[in-house]
Amino acid sequence: MAIKTHSKLEKKNTNTVKPFKGKDLITYLIVVVFFTVFQVLASTGTLKNSLKALLVPICVQVILAVSLNLVVGFLGELSLGHAGFMCVGAFTGTFFSVLMEDVITVVWVRFACAFVIGAIAAAISGILIGIPVLRLKGDYLAIVTLAFGEIIKTIVNALYIGKDSNGFHMSLDSSKLGMGTDGQIILNGPQGISGTPKNSTFLIGFILVMLVLIIVNNLMDSRTGRAIMSIRDNRIAAESVGIDITKYKLMVFTISAAMAGIAGVLYSHNLSKLTATTANFGYTMSITILVYVVLGGMGNVRGSVIAATILYALPELLRGIGDLSSYRMLIYSILLILMMIFNNGTYFVSLREEIAYKFKNKKTKTAGEAA
Amino acid sequence: MALLEVKNLGITFGGLHAVDNFNLTLEKGALYGLIGPNGAGKTTVFNLLTGVYAPTTGTFYLDGKELKGKKPAEINKAGIARTFQNIRLFKNLSVLDNVKVGLHNQMKYSTIEGIFRLPGFFKTEKKMNERAMDLLKVFDLDDSADTLASNLPYGKQRKLEIARAIATNPKLLLLDEPAAGMNPNETKELMETIHFIRDHFDLTVLVIEHDMSLVSGICEEITVLNFGKELAKGNTADVLKNPEVVKAYLGE
Repeated sequence: MAIKTHSKLEKKNTNTVKPFKGKDLITYLIVVVFFTVFQVLASTGTLKNSLKALLVPICVQVILAVSLNLVVGFLGELSLGHAGFMCVGAFTGTFFSVLMEDVITVVWVRFACAFVIGAIAAAISGILIGIPVLRLKGDYLAIVTLAFGEIIKTIVNALYIGKDSNGFHMSLDSSKLGMGTDGQIILNGPQGISGTPKNSTFLIGFILVMLVLIIVNNLMDSRTGRAIMSIRDNRIAAESVGIDITKYKLMVFTISAAMAGIAGVLYSHNLSKLTATTANFGYTMSITILVYVVLGGMGNVRGSVIAATILYALPELLRGIGDLSSYRMLIYSILLILMMIFNNGTYFVSLREEIAYKFKNKKTKTAGEAA
Repeated sequence: MALLEVKNLGITFGGLHAVDNFNLTLEKGALYGLIGPNGAGKTTVFNLLTGVYAPTTGTFYLDGKELKGKKPAEINKAGIARTFQNIRLFKNLSVLDNVKVGLHNQMKYSTIEGIFRLPGFFKTEKKMNERAMDLLKVFDLDDSADTLASNLPYGKQRKLEIARAIATNPKLLLLDEPAAGMNPNETKELMETIHFIRDHFDLTVLVIEHDMSLVSGICEEITVLNFGKELAKGNTADVLKNPEVVKAYLGE
């Protein structure tokens, strides 16, 4: 009896279109609670400085993980150049901020413009890379995107850009820049950009995380999102029902790159000196982001948020705890293995399904009793 | 004018003539069968008609419009939809969403409207849900609308594929072995469904099938393929009695 009533209720529900799915709301709630707790702790001074310094970088990692999940989890293509897009966003955004520091004095206007410029630059690089690369599949796409990430980093390290009264000067050799005496070097090759205004705060990071989460969740729960997931599930069938594969692949690639660019701007404005190294914009970083996505679960936005937070914060937290600090990489790798087992191990998967099933049954019963 | 006109269609893979000189004219509303032993080139014909392969020779027209060399998505938009011999559903999407992917080009709103939840999103999604549920009801799948497609039993997966194809509002529906793996009762039910959708959705149906009860039960006319070549063609009952056809199927 109870089941029948439930199915009737369900049918009624399918005709009302909800703005948000329940599971998305839970994700937002988790992020809001996390933010509130740590913001209060930070403002009352209970939080150690070493912990406080982690808050903005965590937001950066979360945005990166969620945006890569769009490509890897929802579109089903392996991209290993995500740090490259972050690099483009970071350098263009920071370049703008340093250049305009005296022109636009209202901090939030300048910072907002930096985000927009970083996102657009990263999106453009996403389109430029995407057009030739998206013809490739699987391993080949991974290799080309990996190379792209490295190329961007190398270019940034070799480039010198300065400005004097005559305008901009650009060169691959610092001695050939040919600037006037009033010239100021903004991008100084391997030494990067220095004197970035430190505008990033936990609040801005939180707002951006929420924005990225809402965009990704809403996108995937719409006509466009269904088309994207249909390409992942079965490319040939998607084509056979009239889905334009190239268009949606390029769209996902571009949106994901723009979000990585935003993460880059947030990252760079949290430091006073921006340089491109393997650790922050190289393949190590790309792989780290991929680890967040895979461990959090492909196509699982909430999983990406949680995995990025834990996996980024844990090694840093262990650093502070006396004897444990020498074992921190060991603990980190054990945690990786445990998360892998928990997410993909046969026993745990069936256990989780069982719990979910019981939970669902309970709901059905209460719904039946209510009706 | 005929709905589908296929002229001298052929494709070679290396030296192999997988399909050679294939001709077919389908009038609107026809229920036509394509049969032949394994490897005769039946599915290759479907792949040619849906743009999966580009033909090496010949061409074909739908409603007078030449579709040779077009991409699968464009051919679908022009009005040809298909199902697959080895079922190709969107496994990680719900049954309802599978049909809604089929409605992709029928009911539209922009990506921006979707992301920012503008009125267009709610209006069109509601219409999509209604239309998709109507289609699912035809195939008796409305009770499993929220189930993942991969969790459906085999027979229902075949039905869902047909529902998804019809959602694209085609003029011509290509069914690739719809009765494969079904028991006699299910096959009988399927025959009724095919008749019903042809009349209800104003379709022309071209079907590949090995189950002769289904072929003789619903197809008015058939073509028999053997080694990529047309062996016989015409009224179903007559063709099935043709000694050449019997030989090709059963051997001497």
